[in-house]
Amino acid sequence: MDACGMTVLGSVLSTFGDGLDFIVRERTGRGGGQVGGPAENARLVWEHLKLCVAAMAIACAVALPIGLWLGHTRRGAFLAVSVSNVGRAVPSIALLFVFFAFLGAGFLNVTLALALLAIPPILTNAYVGVVEADPDAVDAARGMGMRGPQIVRRVELPLALPLVLGGIRTSSVNVVATATIAPLAGVVTLGDPIINPSIYGQEGRLGAAILVALLAVAAEAALAGVQCAVTPRALRRATGRPRRGRLIASPRRRVTTTP
Amino acid sequence: MSMPVPLAQSGGGFFRDRAADSCVADNGICPGWILDNLDRYTTPLAQHVFLTVTSVAAGFVIAFALAVLAHRRRWLVGPVTNVTGILYTLPSVAVFFLLLPITGRGSLTAIIALTAYTLLILFRNVLAGLDGVPEDARDAGRGMGLSDRALLWRVEVPLALPAIMAGLRIATTTTVGLAALAFFAGAGGLGEPLEAQKAFKTNVLFAGGLCVALAVALDAAILLVQRRLTPWTRAA
Repeated sequence: MDACGMTVLGSVLSTFGDGLDFIVRERTGRGGGQVGGPAENARLVWEHLKLCVAAMAIACAVALPIGLWLGHTRRGAFLAVSVSNVGRAVPSIALLFVFFAFLGAGFLNVTLALALLAIPPILTNAYVGVVEADPDAVDAARGMGMRGPQIVRRVELPLALPLVLGGIRTSSVNVVATATIAPLAGVVTLGDPIINPSIYGQEGRLGAAILVALLAVAAEAALAGVQCAVTPRALRRATGRPRRGRLIASPRRRVTTTP
Repeated sequence: MSMPVPLAQSGGGFFRDRAADSCVADNGICPGWILDNLDRYTTPLAQHVFLTVTSVAAGFVIAFALAVLAHRRRWLVGPVTNVTGILYTLPSVAVFFLLLPITGRGSLTAIIALTAYTLLILFRNVLAGLDGVPEDARDAGRGMGLSDRALLWRVEVPLALPAIMAGLRIATTTTVGLAALAFFAGAGGLGEPLEAQKAFKTNVLFAGGLCVALAVALDAAILLVQRRLTPWTRAA
């Protein structure tokens, strides 16, 4: 590598070093206040997670019952599938700003926007999971005298669980990513140093970007673990691949082999 | 190097418009304002189309090559899926800023990030399409004396087209949504006017609506191409 290449590489590495330094060490920000360091970053991560968990809780509370019910009754196939297609076409930032413009800034409004963003994959996956549950198992349950809600709770839901969690996982990663731009609508999260470099400096922007990326990967890995753990052992063995749920995790990632 | 401040730049004109129009002053939904200010959206829309088409095209070339390789050498499937899966997980805003020290502000940074997002979807669909080709069709091709290369292009790829095109549609719609964040990388796109007047209802609805319309239009265009390319799927 020539001298010029070395210089460029050196400056890139030192820029990333500054970013990492922001994560572990407090410094005086451009605005004069103290920024960065473990305490502040931990607070930002906490705010970030709080927003994500709140949004996911609302999304699950809304989407799971609807998806399971639609799947159980075999109704609304078109609705259940097209909701995720429409959801994919709406940019997260547009949704955030529509809520901001119509409802104003604030934790609750941003939470609702993120929840709305999270609903389609959860709903579609819950629906598909129940619809694809082994009809023989459902028949057997009915033959044993189970009623509708019992069948849903004790047969269809356990069989659909890997797919249900796949939807929750897709949405969670998406929500963690989108919570990064929440400061644009007045909620401070890990995105704050990214969006306001005038306060945190360029190293803050880079440090926060690294943290957000790690957070998303951690969320993905954690939920993949949960998904794997709740997949009934029989299903794992039947396919010979413990991560079957992962491969067909979500409509976004789902391989569509038919048009 | 700091973020452009479109509000400050366009603010003067924007607030003058507001004074002239009571609907805008009330922050209502004003079709008249849209008609008067369409020119605010033309350049961002063009940038948005450029970013989407370039990224999906680049992603398709890479993913297609990887899928063809992995189709022959199965051990590649795991590593490629894992790497593209991690790329897919990284939040786009974070990726834009992680790339900035390396590639600088501009379309290139945005296109690299957006391309990375399409890889997982496209790779999986192309691979699933190739894997779904009936063995009989392959045998027939070989029996006709086709070489491996000819078999790929004249038998396997045509039969895999529905799955490939389905992947392209998903990747394109997803990329239209992500490209709305490309303004963070200094690449423009519809996110720029969206963010510039984010409290103005007319603006957020119209700019957001343009994104959705673009996604639907590109989706329909790909569907149309697919119909032309696979006439046999309609015969039955």
